[in-house]
Amino acid sequence: MNKRSSWALPYFIFLVLFVVLPLMMILLYALQDGSGHFTLYNITKFFTDKDALSTFALSIEVAIENTLLCILIGYPAAYILADNKLNRSAVTVVLFILPMWINALMRTLATAELFTMAGVPLGKGTLLFGMCYDYLPFMIYPIYNQLKKMDKSYAEAAQDLGATPGQVFRKVTLPLSMPGVWSGVMMVFMPTVSTFAISEFLTNNKIKLFGTIIQENINNSMWNYGAALSLIMLVIIGLTTLLQGGEQAEETSGGLI
Amino acid sequence: MNAKKIFAKAYLWLVLIVLYAPIAFIVIFSFTEAKSLGNWTGFSTQLYQNLFSGSMQNSSGLLAAVKNTLLIALAASIVATILGTVAAIGIHHLHGRKKQTMTFLNNIPMINPDIITGVSLFLLFVFLGISQGYLTVILAHITFCTPYVVLNVMPKLRQLNPNIYEAALDLGATPAQALRKVLVPALRPGMISGFILSFTMSLDDFAVTFFTRGTIGLDTLSTYIYADARKGGLTPELKPLMSIIFLIILIVLLVINIRQSKQQTDKP
Amino acid sequence: MAADKDIIIRLEHISKSFGDKKVLDDISLYVKRGEFITFLGPSGCGKTTTLRLIAGFGKPDEGRVIMEGKDISDVPPYQRKLNTVFQRYALFPHLDVYDNVAFGLKLQKVPEEQIEKRVKKVLKLVSMSDYEDRDVESLSGGQQQRVAIARALINQPRVLLLDEPLAALDLKMRKDMQIELKEMHKKLGITFIYVTHDQEEALTLSDTIVVMNEGKIQQIGTPTDIYNEPVNAFVADFIGDSNILKGRMMRDRRVAFIKHEFDCVDEGFGEDVPVDVVVRPEDIYFTTDPTKCQFKAKVNSCTFKGVHYEMWVDTDTGYELMIQDYDPYEVGSEVMLYIDPDDIQVMKKERRANTYAAKVTGEGKVRFLDTEFACDTTGFEEGDEAVATIRFEKVDLLDHEEEADLTGNVVFILYMGNHYHLTVKTETGENIWVDTNDIWDKGDFVGIKILPKDIQLSKPAAGNE
Repeated sequence: MNKRSSWALPYFIFLVLFVVLPLMMILLYALQDGSGHFTLYNITKFFTDKDALSTFALSIEVAIENTLLCILIGYPAAYILADNKLNRSAVTVVLFILPMWINALMRTLATAELFTMAGVPLGKGTLLFGMCYDYLPFMIYPIYNQLKKMDKSYAEAAQDLGATPGQVFRKVTLPLSMPGVWSGVMMVFMPTVSTFAISEFLTNNKIKLFGTIIQENINNSMWNYGAALSLIMLVIIGLTTLLQGGEQAEETSGGLI
Repeated sequence: MNAKKIFAKAYLWLVLIVLYAPIAFIVIFSFTEAKSLGNWTGFSTQLYQNLFSGSMQNSSGLLAAVKNTLLIALAASIVATILGTVAAIGIHHLHGRKKQTMTFLNNIPMINPDIITGVSLFLLFVFLGISQGYLTVILAHITFCTPYVVLNVMPKLRQLNPNIYEAALDLGATPAQALRKVLVPALRPGMISGFILSFTMSLDDFAVTFFTRGTIGLDTLSTYIYADARKGGLTPELKPLMSIIFLIILIVLLVINIRQSKQQTDKP
Repeated sequence: MAADKDIIIRLEHISKSFGDKKVLDDISLYVKRGEFITFLGPSGCGKTTTLRLIAGFGKPDEGRVIMEGKDISDVPPYQRKLNTVFQRYALFPHLDVYDNVAFGLKLQKVPEEQIEKRVKKVLKLVSMSDYEDRDVESLSGGQQQRVAIARALINQPRVLLLDEPLAALDLKMRKDMQIELKEMHKKLGITFIYVTHDQEEALTLSDTIVVMNEGKIQQIGTPTDIYNEPVNAFVADFIGDSNILKGRMMRDRRVAFIKHEFDCVDEGFGEDVPVDVVVRPEDIYFTTDPTKCQFKAKVNSCTFKGVHYEMWVDTDTGYELMIQDYDPYEVGSEVMLYIDPDDIQVMKKERRANTYAAKVTGEGKVRFLDTEFACDTTGFEEGDEAVATIRFEKVDLLDHEEEADLTGNVVFILYMGNHYHLTVKTETGENIWVDTNDIWDKGDFVGIKILPKDIQLSKPAAGNE
């Protein structure tokens, strides 16, 4: 029996080499100057760099707005999809997940072209719309999954105890579906903060998000500053993960097909 | 049909229309000759012909990118499937702290945004002085694909009767035979969905490839599109190519899901 | 002891631990060729572990497994000449019925036509002939069970191991399968080693029963032996219904319990010795003849149980007894009762009080059960070894941790007619036995409190180290 648990070892080594070690590298480079000496300069540089700070603030703002928008549009869709009375077709569900499998860059380019053709000027509005369009399936899917596996008898028990349909939703269905919402938030919020190509296309390079400045720094060989910016992003990821308890990710994002 | 149901259906279709508008847009404009998107110059299959005959500007670049994308996706998802399945079996038999640690580590690549995965691996390769190219891109793709294989195989392991491996040994199978004839077939559905998921994620990846491909001019479809779009003019033949890819994915996913839901309803 | 050639499997001083937990503690037994032997006990008693060691899934930490005279402790399961029917069957979900059953033969590369013949034969044996092409997941529990038996039998094992094979079936199906298993055993003539927690099933099926608890063998014997002459309170309580009572052996063939004296058939306990007494509820008789009456009681409940009535009576001496009889007696009525000497089973008391090896840690302080207690240490020096004795009724159980000296879980409850005798397992895995009038449930988490005046210290017996 103990033998089979040792099968996890190769993957453990792999994870240490290609996940843990690289994250250490971010820390290492963030705390070094170009010649390899220890310094906090890169971190302080960020907090005194007005451009970087405002980009960071904007990224967080856009990410929050985008996440809320995704919940607002995605939750009802997930709810309808998961309700046997309202939707019985598995194909409809597939149609909602399908866009996740289409090249995001291509979809984004098409969205941008669509706006241009319709005469909508590219800017923050189109950025938000495009982002929401890109990430909506990632919000719908975990919520749908959570609702689908929910035991129907909870809602029935609530009704039995005298709850109106509205109360059933507010007091039973909604709280029980929160793990799915949190998973969705994880799958939408951080990726939004960190996108680079998508925001460039959707705003014709007018609006930069945090991901873009990381990319620019790395591409211009400013590795240490790029690493410092990545480190700041990592801290935020850590905080949001702690906030949601971290466990549901496995349950709800498993088995995407 | 009551009003609630009509409203629900209408809502779903509205969201779907918005979701598919850009995709439909690409498909529609793949049937015209115009260079830029959104410019309709009459129906034509010229772009499809160009794509298949290879007679277009920079055709070698696009074809190479397609080939690279497929090769990388194939290599990464095969390795990820094997590594992930073996790992899942191991993790399933771990207990307590060790199991928690493995689950936590396995979650990291899924929680990390692409850019962090990309930058961190880039820094690792730079630090170790590894020259970047095919191998580093494939390694990077294995990194973000394997967790999803683990995630898809784990539920199958949990459903599995814990004695099934021992039952095979009991009937005279050696451990290797028990693995090949019993464990792998029982886990196969999870391995297949893990593989497909890995393959499509690898196909779709942009950020990780972007940071780990090095400077040898290695392009996948994503990086090719990115570079193309940055230059201004998108290669028109991308539209039919994307349409075809979309069609293939649509069919594959529909077939898998219909088969799965059939299997579920067949069971008593 | 049976002759060696009649013995197919022998376990010699087997011990096994998982982590800190000792699941098997010095198990020794033998299995006769062709017999139907059952390991019986509550969950966690070690019965399944014993079976798995015989099958080869795991090695004993100490001791040997011997099959037909050869030590097979290190032989992997796939080279052992025995097969297993697993809990919840463990059929291979990706194979149909035919391929599941043929699995073992295909591994041995038996020619196809021979496989077909043998599969058909064994499926006929379990009455599943028409199901060859069926998907195993589409079968009912009982049908899966039959396939699992067929799959294990096709390799023609000399011993068939069955791990709670009927546990997942409903009552009716279980009864039917019990009869079929028994017939199959007769027809095949091979050895069956069966594991169950269901005492009724064990009594129905077995030639020999091995009663286990907490990793130790409690009793080995035929079903009638075990039912009629349980060796201790655990066996008496686990097998069938029983009245278990504190008693005192007055002299040979004379025992006192429920504050009355009775004739019995047991000898050799000595005079005036505390014992435990078991009386089965069907062995207490009603009488209207005052000369036969041994004690009087009042009926306090009467329930119809299908075949008999189950009555609880309060004796004139304040004990509660269970009686089963074909005729009901009205609740509230005064009845006269007697017990035949043959039906009184006297058992040696396993212990009369809690005793622990202790160490005096200071003036008025002593340490045992990994806990420091206050008590009178007159006559002892710091660092002295001692034996701490606490009477069962002097241990207080609390439903909270505050004020408690230590904590534990109730693992075993015995009703002794006028009080409960509880076994409480402490966090460190030691047992404390408690007499109480309070009602606790098995598994309850309890605080344990012992007052200083109730701890008696004595010098350890010489040479007892």
